[in-house]
Amino acid sequence: MAAHPAWDEDGARLIIADLSHLEGATLPILHALQEEFGYVDPQAVPLIAEVLNLSRADVHGTISFYHDFRTAPPPRHIVKLCRAEACQALGCEALVEDLAREHGIVVDSHDGNRDAVVETVYCLGNCALGPSALVEGELIGRVDADRIAALCGARQ
Amino acid sequence: MSEAIRIYVPIDAAALSVGAEAVANAIAKEAQARGIAVELVRNGSRGMLWLEPMIEVETPEGRIAYGPVAAKDIAALFEAGFQNGGAHGLRLGRVDDLDWLKRQQRLTFERVGVTDPLSLADYRTYDGLKGVEKALSLTGAEIVEEVKASGLRGRGGAGFPTGIKWKTVHDAGATQKYIVCNADEGDSGTFADRMLMEGDPFLLIEGMTIAAIAVGATKGYIYLRSEYPHAHRALQRAILKARNAGVLGQTVLGSGKAFELEVRLGAGAYICGEETSLLESLEGKRAIVRAKPPIPALQGLFGKPTIVNNVLSFAAVPWILTHGAKAYADYGMGRSRGTLPVQLGGNIKRGGLIELAFGISLREIIEDIGGGTLSGRPIRAVQVGGPLGAYLTAQQLDTPMDYEALAGIKAMLGHGGIVVFDDSVDMARQARFAFEFCAKESCGKCTPCRIGATRGVELVDRIIAGHERPKNLAVLRDLNKLMTDASLCAMGGLTPMPVMSALNHFFEDFDRPPAERLPLAAE
Ligand SMILES: Cc1cc2nc3c(=O)[nH]c(=O)nc-3n(C[C@H](O)[C@H](O)[C@H](O)COP(=O)(O)O)c2cc1C
Ligand code: SF4
Ligand code: FES
Ligand code: FES
Repeated sequence: MAAHPAWDEDGARLIIADLSHLEGATLPILHALQEEFGYVDPQAVPLIAEVLNLSRADVHGTISFYHDFRTAPPPRHIVKLCRAEACQALGCEALVEDLAREHGIVVDSHDGNRDAVVETVYCLGNCALGPSALVEGELIGRVDADRIAALCGARQ
Repeated sequence: MSEAIRIYVPIDAAALSVGAEAVANAIAKEAQARGIAVELVRNGSRGMLWLEPMIEVETPEGRIAYGPVAAKDIAALFEAGFQNGGAHGLRLGRVDDLDWLKRQQRLTFERVGVTDPLSLADYRTYDGLKGVEKALSLTGAEIVEEVKASGLRGRGGAGFPTGIKWKTVHDAGATQKYIVCNADEGDSGTFADRMLMEGDPFLLIEGMTIAAIAVGATKGYIYLRSEYPHAHRALQRAILKARNAGVLGQTVLGSGKAFELEVRLGAGAYICGEETSLLESLEGKRAIVRAKPPIPALQGLFGKPTIVNNVLSFAAVPWILTHGAKAYADYGMGRSRGTLPVQLGGNIKRGGLIELAFGISLREIIEDIGGGTLSGRPIRAVQVGGPLGAYLTAQQLDTPMDYEALAGIKAMLGHGGIVVFDDSVDMARQARFAFEFCAKESCGKCTPCRIGATRGVELVDRIIAGHERPKNLAVLRDLNKLMTDASLCAMGGLTPMPVMSALNHFFEDFDRPPAERLPLAAE
C-alpha cells in the first residue's frame, strides 16, 4: 500500500484551497485529504470550517456521519469484506468465523498495532461472484479465509 | 504481416475480480512471443459472470467466446488456434448464438460487452448520440412527453414515473436547475448500475444530457458510491472525452445549450441512496433524510428544482428517444413497461446480468437461466429487491417480475436484484441481519427506525435464544407495525419487509429448540 506522508498543515491548506470553489465542497475535500494522508486529521476541521465558512461542529458532524472517513492514521493493509446478503448466501459469515479461529483476525477490530484490518462493508457490486472483498481499490471475487489472511500478511 | 487479430478481454470489475487483468497480460505476452499481432480491446462484460473472464476473438464468422479463462490457459489456447476461433475445451461458440444472451431483450445494455466503453467512435458506430441528437430537434415539453409515453418508471426502487418527475422540473420556474444521478447502488445483490457505468459510460452521460435539455438545466452531478473505484475511473475518463468532443460543455453538440457534468463520491453510507439524503450529502452535510414535501423536483439540490434519477432510468432514455416511446412501451406487462436489467446473485450457478422485458417469472430466471443453486442444494429462500426486500419461498417463484405483482405478495422489485439462498440458510438470522443493517445505516432522524432497529436485533436474539418466545414474537410483530407506519423514509419503513416475510414464510426457523442452533458469528 502506498505510504502516506505525515499530516502537514500547509499541505492540507493547499488541498482545501484547491477544492474550495466547488459547490458543496466538503466531501471532495475530505476525500482528497484522506487520499493524501490516509485519514482526516482532526486538525483539518478548523481549516475546512474557515475556508468554507462553516462552523467547526458542521464539519465535524459531516466527518463523523460517514463510515469512510478515518480520524486516525490507517493500518498498512485494509481489506474490505462484503457481508451483505448475496455474500452471506455464499458463506461470508463462515469465513468471518474462520478468520477469527484459524488466523486470529477479528473482523472490524482495530485493537492493538496490527498492520492489517478486515472491515465489514455491505455490497461491492460483485454479488454473482461472492464472497467479495476490496483491497486497495482492487476487487476480488470468490475469496476464502486463506486468501484474506494472505492479503492481511498473516503467516499462519 | 497480416492484420492484427482483435481480442476482447473485459475490464468490468467483476471480470477483474476473477483474474481478467492477468488474462489480458498473458495474451499480450504470449502473442508477442509467438510473433502474432494482437489488438487487445478491453470491453464491458456481457453479464455472464459465471463465465468470467470470458474473452472473445473476432473472426470472419463473428466473435467467438472462450471462458472461463485463466492466465495459465493462454498458451494452450494459442496452441489450439483460438486466435482464429479454433477448437478448445473452453470454446463457447459464437457470442451471438449463446442461449443466455439470445433469451434477453437488451435495450439499455445493447452496447455493454460489445464496444470499448471509452471509445466515443465505437459509441457512435453503435447508434450512440442519436437520442441526444433527436432531443435537440424537439422542445423540452416534447422530450418530456416522449419519456412519459414510454411508461418508464424509475429503476432505483420506488418505480415512480420518470416522465412525470421530469414534467414537474420542466414546469418549475427557476434560473438554475440540476440533474442528479443516483449512482449510490447500495442494495446488496445489485450491480447493474456498476456494469452500465463501467461498460457504457457514454450512455449515462447521454441520458443525463437529454434530461438537462428537456428541463433547461446546465449542471449535473453523478453521486457515485465510494465502493465503486472502477466505475469512478470509467466515468471520469468518459466525461473528459465527452467534454473534449463537445458532447458536454458550453454548447452540447453545437446546439448552444450548455451542460456540465461532475462525479461526486459518496463515503460509505447506505442511506445516501435515499434521494433527499443524497442531496444533503452533495451539499456537503451529514446525510440526514429531509421531510417531503417539498419534493426534490421543486426544491432539490441547494433548494433548486432537481431531477434525481437512478443510473438505469437515465440510461433508458436515449433508446426511447432513438426508437420512439411506443417501441419501448411495447415491451413489458401491465404498468411495468420496457425492460428491466435483472441482477442474479448469491448462491446461483449461472449468475449475472440479464436484461428482460417485465413479466418473466422469477422461476424462469432462477432455474432456467440461472441453473439453480451453485451448491447444488435445494433453493430455500430468494430475496428480491435488496436488503429492504422480502424473502420469498421456492413456492412463490412463479410470480412475474412486475411492480404490482410483487407488491401483491407483499414483496418488491426494487432495483431488480435477486439473491438466492439454499437450504442451509437460517431465516431467523436473516431477520436479525435486516435489523442490524438498519441499526447501522439509519440516518438517526426518527425514533421508530433509530431505536426500533436496535430493539429488533435484541428481540430476535431473545427469540433465537428461546426466551419468552410467544411474548417476544408478539412484541416483534408490534414493532414491525410501528416501524412500517411511523418511519419517515423507507429505510425504517421497509426493514419490516424482510423481517416479516422471514417470520411468516419460515416460522420454523424462529421456533427451533435453542440448542440446535449454531452460535452466531462474532459481530
Ligand atoms: C434507504 C433507501 C436507499 C435507496 N437507495 C437507492 C440507491 O442506491 N439507488 C437509487 O437509485 N435509488 C435509491 N433509493 C431510491 C431513491 O430515494 C429515489 O427514489 C430514486 O433515486 C429516484 O430515482 P428513480 O425514479 O430513477 O428510481 C433509495 C431509497 C431509500 C429509502
Ligand atoms: S426511517 Fe431511518 S433512515 Fe429514514 S429518516 Fe428515519 S431514521 Fe433516517
Ligand atoms: S452482496 Fe456482496 S458483493 Fe454484493
Ligand atoms: S420522529 Fe420523525 S418520523 Fe418519527
